[in-house]
Amino acid sequence: MANFIDRRLNGKNKSSVNRQRFIRRYKKQIQQSVSDAATSREVTDVTSGESISIPTKDLGEPFFHQGQGGIKERVLPGNDQYQAGDQIARPKGGQGQGGGSGEASDSGEGADDFQFNISKDEYLDLLFEDLELPNLQKNKINDILEQKRVRSGFSTVGLPNNINIVRSLRKSLARRIAMTGSERREIRALEQRISHLVALSPSPTVEIEQLETDIEQLKKRLQRVPFIDDFDLMFNNYANEFVPSSRAVMFCIMDVSGSMDQATKDIAKRFYILLYLFLSRRYKTIEVIYIRHHTQAKEVDEHEFFYSQETGGTIVSSALKLMHEIQQNRYPKDQWNVYAAQASDGDNWADDTPLCRQILSQKILPIARHFSYIEITNRSHQSLWQQYQLLADTYPQFAIKHITQISDIYPVFRELFQKQLV
Amino acid sequence: MNSKKLLDDSPDWTFEKLELYHQAIKEVAAQYRLDTYPNQIEVITSEQMMDAYSSVGMPIGYAHWSYGKKFIQTQQSYQRGEMGLAYEIVINSNPCIAYLMEENTMTMQALVIAHACYGHNSFFKNNYLFTTWTDADSIIDYLLFAKNFISDCEEKYGIDEVEDLLDSCHALMNLGVDRYKRPSKISMHEEHQRQKVREDYLQSQVNDLWRTIPKKDSDNQLIKNRFPSEPQENILYFIEKNAPLLQSWQREIIRIVRKISQYFYPQKQTQVMNEGWATFWHYTILNTLYDQGQVSDKFMLEFLHQHTNVVYQPPYNSDYYSGINPYALGFAMFCDIRRICEDPTDEDKHWFPDIAGSNWVDTLHFACKNFKDESFISQFLSPHLMREMKLFSITDNSQLNHIDITAIHNEQGYQKVREALSKQYNLANIEPNIQVYDVQVDGDRSLTIRYYPQQQVPLAKSAEQVLKHLHRLWGFEVKLEQKKDDGSIDLLKCCPAKKPEATL
Repeated sequence: MANFIDRRLNGKNKSSVNRQRFIRRYKKQIQQSVSDAATSREVTDVTSGESISIPTKDLGEPFFHQGQGGIKERVLPGNDQYQAGDQIARPKGGQGQGGGSGEASDSGEGADDFQFNISKDEYLDLLFEDLELPNLQKNKINDILEQKRVRSGFSTVGLPNNINIVRSLRKSLARRIAMTGSERREIRALEQRISHLVALSPSPTVEIEQLETDIEQLKKRLQRVPFIDDFDLMFNNYANEFVPSSRAVMFCIMDVSGSMDQATKDIAKRFYILLYLFLSRRYKTIEVIYIRHHTQAKEVDEHEFFYSQETGGTIVSSALKLMHEIQQNRYPKDQWNVYAAQASDGDNWADDTPLCRQILSQKILPIARHFSYIEITNRSHQSLWQQYQLLADTYPQFAIKHITQISDIYPVFRELFQKQLV
Repeated sequence: MNSKKLLDDSPDWTFEKLELYHQAIKEVAAQYRLDTYPNQIEVITSEQMMDAYSSVGMPIGYAHWSYGKKFIQTQQSYQRGEMGLAYEIVINSNPCIAYLMEENTMTMQALVIAHACYGHNSFFKNNYLFTTWTDADSIIDYLLFAKNFISDCEEKYGIDEVEDLLDSCHALMNLGVDRYKRPSKISMHEEHQRQKVREDYLQSQVNDLWRTIPKKDSDNQLIKNRFPSEPQENILYFIEKNAPLLQSWQREIIRIVRKISQYFYPQKQTQVMNEGWATFWHYTILNTLYDQGQVSDKFMLEFLHQHTNVVYQPPYNSDYYSGINPYALGFAMFCDIRRICEDPTDEDKHWFPDIAGSNWVDTLHFACKNFKDESFISQFLSPHLMREMKLFSITDNSQLNHIDITAIHNEQGYQKVREALSKQYNLANIEPNIQVYDVQVDGDRSLTIRYYPQQQVPLAKSAEQVLKHLHRLWGFEVKLEQKKDDGSIDLLKCCPAKKPEATL
């Protein structure tokens, strides 16, 4: 009558649609949580999920139920001291005595937030939700080519250390089989004949002996076939090939003078994350260099880059110089694809601007795969923008964009990288 | 009775062993005349168990965010080790579906088979509430229909639209059951379904008329009685049939939520009995197997360890106390009934003249068939058990600064404690009594619902939120009134909110 069914192999994610519904419904709260999280994690951390918390009070499912107050009767177990008619002080915390009616969860405003984890994909989706994270296309950027030795089949000549043992032995085996075929066939025939003669009675002893010496001779001939011969040998063959370099260096340059506030930096951070994601689909190794500047430029770690406050004027060229220096010393242009993203609010010391243009056009742009400049400001453009505008017209790998709020980032990003599709 | 062969008691289970144990359990169950639906026993993983959890025990559920929330909660607390998963889930359907977790040991699987497949299963099949109010034959089909219908609606009308509607229905779910009138059977399928379609069509026509009819015509109704002529307790039903602006697919969804609520309604009223019955039978069946020499001491020790955990009742002042454990109370009561039948004392004879000394199996089956928690306790809770559990009743009047001990487990208190405990399981006392009172058919079409407090217990604050949901369903103004002790009526809330007006 009973029917045992093994359901263990059935899908276990019956609830995943409900989970998605949940995330969909609380997108706003979750997004808030995600953007809080984004500011506190590293630009290069794009592989882990995120822990999300939502205030419990937002999650309620209301229904009519009885509230506090009135007259309530209750039966409790385990009486150890009371007699009928006793009066006891009401325990603190209202419903301290509990009650079977399951109201406790509603009367106690759970202070804890509702916490759960989302996966990496969900995190990225939510992070770039208003930016519509694209299927980043592999653009035909002219990557640096590297020479690389690659395997290219087998050859019959080569150096002893390149001998391919499997192939060589296979050939040797084939040769031996081919060369000994007729002898082995003869031996088989003779042996058959002997067994035939032995079965006769009386067996012709002389004839058998004759046959046995024949077999002996044939076997000797077999043994003379060499186990391995020169023309059995096979060698691995190598050829040189040009492959795109899988290494990229990404320079993040940001103005940290007093006029850049945290909100502006967060916008810049999103842009860097997006660029990093884009590069991580294309390159195996990506190094990120953070350069911040006011009147002087300095290479810093990520935390200092985004969160330390500095005041003072702004000289952009200092950062460009430093970038060029670092690139020259550590990332030779024939091995590394150089990317750079500069974020600023557009302030610069007026005399410095022509110098920036000069450094860019002479030193940086010729070796950079891409250089993007984003200006995050609500004010009108200043001299830096105008100078850069001129550069942008001449160099296809140089792009400048103006951003005023977070939702501008993705469209800008998409435009920046569409340009390269030539 | 050492006639039977000892079953393999190694801890790991296999399907062959499950089959053997099941066979043994089934034979014993038959001895005790347990009448069940056929069993369908499904082995699942813990992840699948969490899935089953979050869809509140429905094997097939429509998609809704609240199930996702429950799933995430379950998963979180399970992963943090704050809670273990239940060993089984059993579904009131025909065949009766029981889930076993693959992590369980063989002993646990045997316990679960006895508990769910013979305890719960026979309760579902025989208890009057379940036989009258639920339809085990067609529930799976109905849930499947509901799931497909709702996902079709989502495609046609958008997820948000459907989700809003479901939210509102869920808020009123508890008020979507018929308490006194048996609902027409869900089966009688085809015919019923067709009739339903017709009815809905007519209904929508009627509503159209209602909407466009000239004013003077409704003047006639003004002379007539209120609408509805009598207060309606099933608010969801009332809305399904009477809300002016709903489309037919929306009415169908309301109906689905209502049906599911109705399906679970008996379970709410028989928690103590149902769990007690199942616990009593797993205990009795496995002990019988032991007496017959079919299971070993090792098996029994593990089983008793688990069993004792399940029926533990912490005292009121313990940190672990969270209300009366339905397993403990129910199990103790069924054991007590057996004791009264087999070995009655003078006291038992005085309190239970009908059952003292009778055949215990007959008496237990009688109790299983004809009672719900409330009546079961008021009928069968014995002074002996009250003493054993040291039950006492308190009255908590929010007007006073102290709590009164009204009765304890002694001669003067037995009746009182029993009555109080029975009341505690009366849904009418636990859930607020709210009814549809009036609709202004001729005026602004506002809907008035009325709350009848019990013992001056007010409605919780969430009422305001629920009213918004009700407003969404009704489409016009919704008022919530409260009838006070002196018979006067208070207007509690209005949605959309406006200045409180003079009471009626």
